[in-house]
Amino acid sequence: MAQIFHRSTNTISRFTIFGTLVVTAVGLWAALQLERSPYTTFAGVARPQPVPFSHAHHVGGLGIDCRYCHTSVEVSSFAGIPPTKTCMNCHSQIWTNAPMLEPVRQSFQTGRSLVWSRVNDLPDFVYFDHSIHINKGVGCDTCHGPVDRMPLMYNYASLQMEWCLDCHRRPEKYLRPRDQVFNMRYQQPKEFQPVEFNGKKYTDQDALGRELVKAYHLRTVEDITSCNTCHR
Amino acid sequence: MGAEEKAHHAVCPGKKHNLEEIREKLASEDGPRYWRSLEELAGDPAFQEQVKREFPRGASEWLEGFSRRGFLQLMGASLALAGLTSCTKQPLEPIVPYVKQPEEMVPGRPLFFATAMEMGGHARPLLVESHMGRPTKVEGNPDHPASLGGSDIFSQASVLELYDPDRSPAVAYQGEIRSYAAFLGAMQSQLAAQRLAQGAGLRFLTRTVVSPTLGDQLKTALQVFPKAKWHQYEAANRDNARAGAMMAFGEPLETQYRLAEADVILSLDADFLYPTFPGAVRYARDWASRRRPESSRAMSRLYVAETTYTATGGKADHRLPLRQMELEQFARAVAQGVGVNAAGATAKGMAGTWLPALVKDLQQHKGNCVVIPGEYQPPVMHALAHAMNAALGNVGRTVFYTEAVAANPVDQNQSVSELVEDMKAGQVQVLVILGGNPVYDTPAELGFGLIMKEKVPLRVHHGLYQDETAQFCQWHINAAHYLEAWGDTRAYDGTATIVQPLIAPLYNGKTDTEVLAIFTGQGETKAYDIVRAYWQRQLQKQAPATPAARGKGKAAPPPAVDFEGFWRPAVHDGFISGTAFQPRQAQLKSIDFGPGPQGSPPALEINFRPDPSVFDGRFSNNAWLQELPKPVNKLTWDNGLLVGVETARQMGLKVNDVVELKIGNRTQQAAVWVQAGQPANVVTGFLGYGRRFAGRTGTGFGFDLYRIRTMKEPWSTAVEMRKTGDTYLLASTQGQQSMDTQLGTRDLVISATASEYGKDPGIILRHHETPAKDETLYYNYEYKSYAWGMSIDLSACVGCNACILACQSENNIAVVGKDQVNKGRHMHWIRVDTYYEGDRDNPKAYFQPVPCMQCENAPCEYVCPVGATVHSSEGLNDMVYNRCVGTRYCSNNCPYKVRRFNFMLWQDWNTPQFKMMRNPEVSVRSRGVMEKCTYCVQRITQARIDSEREDRKVREADLLTACQQACPADAIVFGDLNNAENRVSKLKSTARNYGLLADLNTRPRTTYLAAINNPNPELPAPAEQN
Repeated sequence: MAQIFHRSTNTISRFTIFGTLVVTAVGLWAALQLERSPYTTFAGVARPQPVPFSHAHHVGGLGIDCRYCHTSVEVSSFAGIPPTKTCMNCHSQIWTNAPMLEPVRQSFQTGRSLVWSRVNDLPDFVYFDHSIHINKGVGCDTCHGPVDRMPLMYNYASLQMEWCLDCHRRPEKYLRPRDQVFNMRYQQPKEFQPVEFNGKKYTDQDALGRELVKAYHLRTVEDITSCNTCHR
Repeated sequence: MGAEEKAHHAVCPGKKHNLEEIREKLASEDGPRYWRSLEELAGDPAFQEQVKREFPRGASEWLEGFSRRGFLQLMGASLALAGLTSCTKQPLEPIVPYVKQPEEMVPGRPLFFATAMEMGGHARPLLVESHMGRPTKVEGNPDHPASLGGSDIFSQASVLELYDPDRSPAVAYQGEIRSYAAFLGAMQSQLAAQRLAQGAGLRFLTRTVVSPTLGDQLKTALQVFPKAKWHQYEAANRDNARAGAMMAFGEPLETQYRLAEADVILSLDADFLYPTFPGAVRYARDWASRRRPESSRAMSRLYVAETTYTATGGKADHRLPLRQMELEQFARAVAQGVGVNAAGATAKGMAGTWLPALVKDLQQHKGNCVVIPGEYQPPVMHALAHAMNAALGNVGRTVFYTEAVAANPVDQNQSVSELVEDMKAGQVQVLVILGGNPVYDTPAELGFGLIMKEKVPLRVHHGLYQDETAQFCQWHINAAHYLEAWGDTRAYDGTATIVQPLIAPLYNGKTDTEVLAIFTGQGETKAYDIVRAYWQRQLQKQAPATPAARGKGKAAPPPAVDFEGFWRPAVHDGFISGTAFQPRQAQLKSIDFGPGPQGSPPALEINFRPDPSVFDGRFSNNAWLQELPKPVNKLTWDNGLLVGVETARQMGLKVNDVVELKIGNRTQQAAVWVQAGQPANVVTGFLGYGRRFAGRTGTGFGFDLYRIRTMKEPWSTAVEMRKTGDTYLLASTQGQQSMDTQLGTRDLVISATASEYGKDPGIILRHHETPAKDETLYYNYEYKSYAWGMSIDLSACVGCNACILACQSENNIAVVGKDQVNKGRHMHWIRVDTYYEGDRDNPKAYFQPVPCMQCENAPCEYVCPVGATVHSSEGLNDMVYNRCVGTRYCSNNCPYKVRRFNFMLWQDWNTPQFKMMRNPEVSVRSRGVMEKCTYCVQRITQARIDSEREDRKVREADLLTACQQACPADAIVFGDLNNAENRVSKLKSTARNYGLLADLNTRPRTTYLAAINNPNPELPAPAEQN
């Protein structure tokens, strides 16, 4: 009986089988990379804003505290976006004619709000609370990055769930003393740069972190990785 | 099988011997005791099937059927697309700060403001939650004596009314939009003409006016126009109570009860635990405080004689279903028994058995008992109750008389009849209707609408909706909702409240005071100024003349009054302290009670009652109230005509049959609902349905019984009833989500009498088996920080449904519509199951609120293939919506049937008003997602965060679930089980505590306290009394 299939069928079928696997794997890997890339997360991408407000100038240059504008960060889930009045506290005195600030003056005169673009935007099914993070010793720049060196605001982290869980699973990796929370240039303890907490000097983040977890009564990892911590 | 037999089979398909068998079962001491519907009692196979199923037939199947190819296509597409949903990019979202941020506002945190909602002649004091200027949730005002924190369905649902997109958005003239200025302009010439005629052709028609300011304004208007008249009308008015007080005291006094002091309560058709009754929220709290065997005070005893099955009747220790005439005869007999000289006393049958024991019980508790007459009972019944309370020495102890809460109490039926007479005579040129919907809710025999349209040249309607009355008026002024308006009102005890707005009027609506200001010479004044001016005058009046001025004997200058010092605390607290009416010394006149009912009762009588959910029809367009299962019968979206089992059998009627009712020469159709415990030859019809212009939600549902109601006998009258042969599908949730325990297996409701329980507290758990903690294959969780738990007291629960609506409002729960309710797809996270005990003709009822049990061994958790329902470290069964793919395995495996599935997209994502209404702290669920009670996890989280910021544990008082907060009877208690000092822990350690289906070893966190009854030992127990 004659062969039904030509000998080359062997090669073709091998190629097809392994080829499919490779293509699928590469496709999946590419999809995952895309999902984590700034294309999806907007990490590091500045958003269009009505006024090119520079945190670098106001925070880094002038040394204005975060809480001057983000007033509710210590008591509410929402840190607060400053009302136009806050801008005008200074800008009715200085740079009163700067064309860049025209929308701000317009807003103050007409009573219409400035419409900013949200930079750090979580999905609507995630309920994040600023106040508790501030209170437990998570620094502003831990999540928001070097805001004092951002001429235009962008989100520093991916804000994806794996990123949240990285800290919620091992909070001691990131905690700092409460008095350092608003310090944008805080450095984690190192051998040559110890951090003082409760009169003791720490040279190692793990040791400091463990101590802070105890001192600030952090809930257990089991508690803070329960779904209802963020989803409800 | 003949037609007669067939009908019998339909109503009680269990046939005679089967029923006998069940009766025997019911009678045996250890046997099953509770049943959920007549179908279950009769052993209907359809009920058995329902119990076995996750959803009723048709809810979860493909109705069309589909091919294997179709199935594979769908499967493939679902698999391929499932992953894609996670690949969405966050859209660019705007963020809009204030220009000048209001004081005290912290973005992200709600503020609370005190206000009050007026309904049916008294106010409900409230505390309203506001998120960034949007009112989202209503609570009772905990500082106010009429609420003590509890609330009711009507105030809970008023948030939806505020944001109702069908509300009237503008001033209209003949249906065309006009400005308010145009209305003012048009009124100028009319007013000038009326001023010349001293207002002879001017009439005002209002609902019961409680607002002191509005009452004052109307009086002023009548001074400006001396010949004008002010009429008041509400369909569910309190004429009878007023007339009864006039009979007894010669003045329209208000009666208040102090149920915390009452050992024995006799209700004569008074549904005093249900929020249509004035003061019911407070009464429920007081009554429940005496129904707990753990309390140091003895349990009170409740007797209810009534003409239909009400929630209060369900809570009675002894319930006596009577016809209207028998009820009056019975009341006269009781009155005679306690020493009131009333003729016409008769008590036959069960009433005869009752009488001696009841009279003895009342007399043994002189001064500590109370007789409460029903709002809709004739005046003589009120007078009898006043006389009985006086004879029993209750006045000044459990019964108090105060002046009337209404600004000007009148006989409203007479008032509106006079108006119609005047209109007929052509004496009315301008009719101003402030609130109310008389074209719809006056009896059709009055012919209000047509007469008004033909005879009154200028008709002005002021209301929230462009309703039936608006259609008959030239001018329609859109009203401001109470959450948008300044005003004032009084609670049932007379305490005055300043009504403060939570939001600026959404559609520029006007208040009744603003409209009336045109007629009082105040011109175009804001409600805020009108109300302030009124109270400023009151304060001036009250202020004593300064001593110095008095001493010199000169004309005293106007006393200096610190008005802001009065106004600010009044607005802040939600009431003006010291304005509660003082009890009056009421002198009982010698009353002529008349000869009593004569002759024989009509062959069939109909009793009209306002609907428990939509009241007199004013809430018809409120979908929350429409879909709320009414107490006892669990009907939604319709007004079923309640017919007793025996009457239905005799007339060959079954559920959904359409009958024609005939009173005089007027007829109206209605759909039958067969109700256990309804007296024979009595049908009960609920007003408020059959609306013609209610809005998109309310128009067309149910049957308009105002068409056959009469002015002469508005509440009870003879009726002829004829079966039409048509059917009309009613939607009741009774029997849906029934737990799978057949009669005779295990008790879901446990009850005992106080004496049984006192002798042996172990009686509660005698049939109850709870497996030991280690008898499980599953992982035993440890709860180191908090362990949330709930305790629901079945003794205290009055079945008022406040918890259901509080939950709906707090948790953004969708409504599904009547068709979907019939498929068992309604979404309430907490339901109130009714269980009956005893004979179908007069069963005792138990109400059992069922939220998620938050099992420690949760059957739902093990079957979820995607980990969308998981155990939290504090013992909650978390539901993670964004993981849920809608397999529904969890609800299939839930023995309590508390999970709800979004079979369709029921949330309205587009209407802007609804976006404002929702609680921003809770996710809005979309199609294909399972949902259930979360123990208000958003409140837990907030309370926990707040406590951790202050480095302490959560305090009990800081954390209330929505259902707990709303409960007027304090039946729901929630807290941390790891803290033995908490109320919930203490309650769970009592002998009354039991878990639902605890033998399944689910270890529910929500447990129940068994219902304890306090029957009179001299009377037969409910199950035996027939």
